[in-house]
Amino acid sequence: MTATMEPTKGGFGTRMLRKEDPKLLTGENQFIDDIKAPGQLWMGMVRSTFAHATIDSIDSSAAEAMPNVHSVLTGAQLSEMGLWQAPLPCAWPVTDDMVNPPHYPVAISEAKHVGDIVAVVLCSDRYSVADAVEQVVVDYTPLPAAASLQDAVDGKAMAHSDLDTNKAFHWPLDPNPEGTAAAFADAVHTVTATFTQQRLLPMPMEPRGCLAVPSPAGGEIVFYSATQVPHILKVMIAATSGIPENKIRVIAPSVGGGFGGKLNVDADALLAVTLANHLGLPVRWTEQRSEGAGASHQGRGQIQHVEAAADADGKVTAVKVHLDADMGAYMMLITPGVPLLGSFLYTGVYDIANLSFSCDGYFTNLTPTDAYRGAGRPEASYAIERIMDMMAGKVGITPEEIRSRNYINGGEHFENFDAASTLTFDSGHYKPAHDRALEMADVAGLRTEQARRRDAGEAKQLGIGMCTYVEICGLAPSRALGGLNYGAGGWEHATVRLLPTGKVEVVSGSTPHGQGHETAWSQIIAEKMGIDPNDVEVLHSDTALSPLGLDTYGSRSLAVGGVAIAMAADKVVDKAKLIAAHQFEAAPEDIEFVDGSFSVAGSPSKSVHIQELGFAAFAAHDLPDGMEPNLQEQVNFDPPNFAFPFGTHVAVVEIDTETGGIDLIDYVGVDDCGIQVNPLIVEGQVHGGIVQGAAQALFEEAVYDADGNITNPSLMDYLVPSAMEMPNIQLDSTVTPSTTNPLGVKGVGEAGTIGSAAAVINAVCDALSPYGVTDIEMPATPQRIWNAINGGAA
Amino acid sequence: MQVSMTVNGASHSHDIEPRTLLVHHIREGVGLTGTNIGCDTSSCGACTVHVGGQSVKSCTMLAVQAEGEAITTIEGLAGQAQADGSATGDQNWHPMQEAFQQCHALQCGYCTPGMVMAATSFLNENPNPTEDQIREGLEGNLCRCTGYHNIVKAVQSAAGDAA
Repeated sequence: MTATMEPTKGGFGTRMLRKEDPKLLTGENQFIDDIKAPGQLWMGMVRSTFAHATIDSIDSSAAEAMPNVHSVLTGAQLSEMGLWQAPLPCAWPVTDDMVNPPHYPVAISEAKHVGDIVAVVLCSDRYSVADAVEQVVVDYTPLPAAASLQDAVDGKAMAHSDLDTNKAFHWPLDPNPEGTAAAFADAVHTVTATFTQQRLLPMPMEPRGCLAVPSPAGGEIVFYSATQVPHILKVMIAATSGIPENKIRVIAPSVGGGFGGKLNVDADALLAVTLANHLGLPVRWTEQRSEGAGASHQGRGQIQHVEAAADADGKVTAVKVHLDADMGAYMMLITPGVPLLGSFLYTGVYDIANLSFSCDGYFTNLTPTDAYRGAGRPEASYAIERIMDMMAGKVGITPEEIRSRNYINGGEHFENFDAASTLTFDSGHYKPAHDRALEMADVAGLRTEQARRRDAGEAKQLGIGMCTYVEICGLAPSRALGGLNYGAGGWEHATVRLLPTGKVEVVSGSTPHGQGHETAWSQIIAEKMGIDPNDVEVLHSDTALSPLGLDTYGSRSLAVGGVAIAMAADKVVDKAKLIAAHQFEAAPEDIEFVDGSFSVAGSPSKSVHIQELGFAAFAAHDLPDGMEPNLQEQVNFDPPNFAFPFGTHVAVVEIDTETGGIDLIDYVGVDDCGIQVNPLIVEGQVHGGIVQGAAQALFEEAVYDADGNITNPSLMDYLVPSAMEMPNIQLDSTVTPSTTNPLGVKGVGEAGTIGSAAAVINAVCDALSPYGVTDIEMPATPQRIWNAINGGAA
Repeated sequence: MQVSMTVNGASHSHDIEPRTLLVHHIREGVGLTGTNIGCDTSSCGACTVHVGGQSVKSCTMLAVQAEGEAITTIEGLAGQAQADGSATGDQNWHPMQEAFQQCHALQCGYCTPGMVMAATSFLNENPNPTEDQIREGLEGNLCRCTGYHNIVKAVQSAAGDAA
């Protein structure tokens, strides 16, 4: 089942070592905190220590009297300065009547969450700014706070004092309500469950940060940001600050991970840009790790009410879902859209005829939520995969059997399947991945060992869990986004240039933060143009070099941006072929292109390599009549559909039933992301994704107290797993080409995360089934496991 | 106050605030920005350097505590390997740098300098570790991209090459 693609000269399927690595392995590259500007001011934020409070007064005199302090500015002062023309943007008003109170970078009269900015301090150095922030005295009057999603749903307090509801929107997806009702009426088996998707902190290893460098005479501003979305930032900064878009240049230097956590348009960006522009001085900000939990957005934050109906054989006929989704205090860039991204996946990889979905978004007095790796899709995958295991228990069959009975097209290969959600799955072939994962994990052997331990009454019990996921990648067809009220498109831009000396420049609209775009894009050129990938340079992440783009999120870079590059490369080859034909005095249709060389069919001795034509196109001494000089082509690719990667994961846990201690002892993933450009990179993406999902299952949660204070904002308290907690991961893959794009690629950035939380929790519940446990809340900590075993609240 | 130390073989003497952390001194005083800062609780290990040959999280130490010490950062690791004859591969790097690239043990690269410095120090102390010992030995260094799988492989590979 392993991919058997023939690698040629760095083309598709080659495990090429990454071109990015040398700079990163020697400290030569520059992250945001490595960049300095002469005369720069350090910006620090005074942040609310209350979840909800009126701001009665701010005394900044002590701070202003400190050496090295440039100024202290409150929300009221900043407002009077007129630095911005519009509130911070939400690009995804999911319904026409969505409630969206204005969200300005600095709170003026009322703080809405712990971490909300109430004043800004500017100093000449890093240490002084931390000192000065502590000297600003703010008088607050606490207000009742909606300190959890359930409190907000129950209306215990209003998150926004000027609103009489916490509900921001109601969004339904119910294509056939009669069908769902009939399926439940006819059901032999039903399952009802409620799952909590706890809040998570994205925690890329590099904290966020930015540096705005103005040019007072010219009016331009260069904005360096540790961002996933330089192009979106440029548009949004212009729209909110009123600075002309063509005076703004955004540069994302090396970015130390994102996982969604760096795709927002945050207050810090607006403050740095507008203050730098106003003062005529560079302004920088570096997030402190413990500040991040309140300064940038968090992920997940949903309560899922799920019901499923099945016939006597366990064939699932309908799924009904209601989500309550925690928006946090404000709508950030795509906050309300995140749960919608999952809505289409609640029928998973199964041929389930009916889906009824609705989502209510609620404001709370907590840090805003937004995208975190998978964004809506891990939540959906978790729900349906937990439900399938529960249904298997009801029917009295194994988890693998119920899946086999429900796969689309019986698990055999299919193309263009119309799902109940109204989306069309591009392609799938689920059974091979399923069979391979069970074989690699030796599920049969594990079950024997599990039975032996149960019979022997051993303290350490085994649990085996599986998950067969599908995800939506390649965000996104612009028309589909328009239909969902998203405020932008989903295309991607690419330019390919063959330079006079035969080297290639690729301009990429999608921007890396660890994915290896420079390597993968070079391999696309190798595949399409027969050019050594080391002759390719990829220009990206700077809006002056790459003016058009929609950046990186939603596993879209390859399936949209990579496809654009391949199409632009094809156009360069097509034009070069005309030049070759002209040189050979042959008809273009008689020219063959093999391994980078053009030759006349039938006379292979006469040939010219495409790299040799770069100079001819540049010099333009003898081009075909009417042809423009130079070999440079661009493409803006708007995909006709999403891509739907899938796979089967198996997790094996060992639980100490005396202490509740848990070890993840084995993990198998068999993933299908379509055609693979670089399997080395694919595997790395899956490894990291699996660990992030497993971490949601076992370790991670942003824990809030009853007053809305986060109790674990630092890496001391928030349990990002170390190497100790994770097992060796066994991977394999199958290859089912996508029908959405000409490369047949799907996307893999979020796959691991989408598969792993459900696999791990299914394994935990399997281990605990002799104790009558059918569900456990995430993270499944030793305490929760012990409680579940001993009959307490899980 | 005045502080003097050797960083990657070169002498550096600066007048600094006494409270300056070693990591800030290396980055902003000495001007070597390869050493990264990932947290504020000495949890992540991104700032790991060698002080007198031992791995140290450089945010746990004041610069003045490194008075007279010999520091090695990621920028100096290849040179050190070249000097002691252990450099390897086309790039003439330290074997751990080479192993990290060969095994795809880095993605965004932010934890990488600290991870490489911690791993080299670990192998100096335990040249033939088991997989569990490697995982335990790198417990103080967090990575969010790789799931550690390929980092463990890289350390095994570097250990094998050195053996």
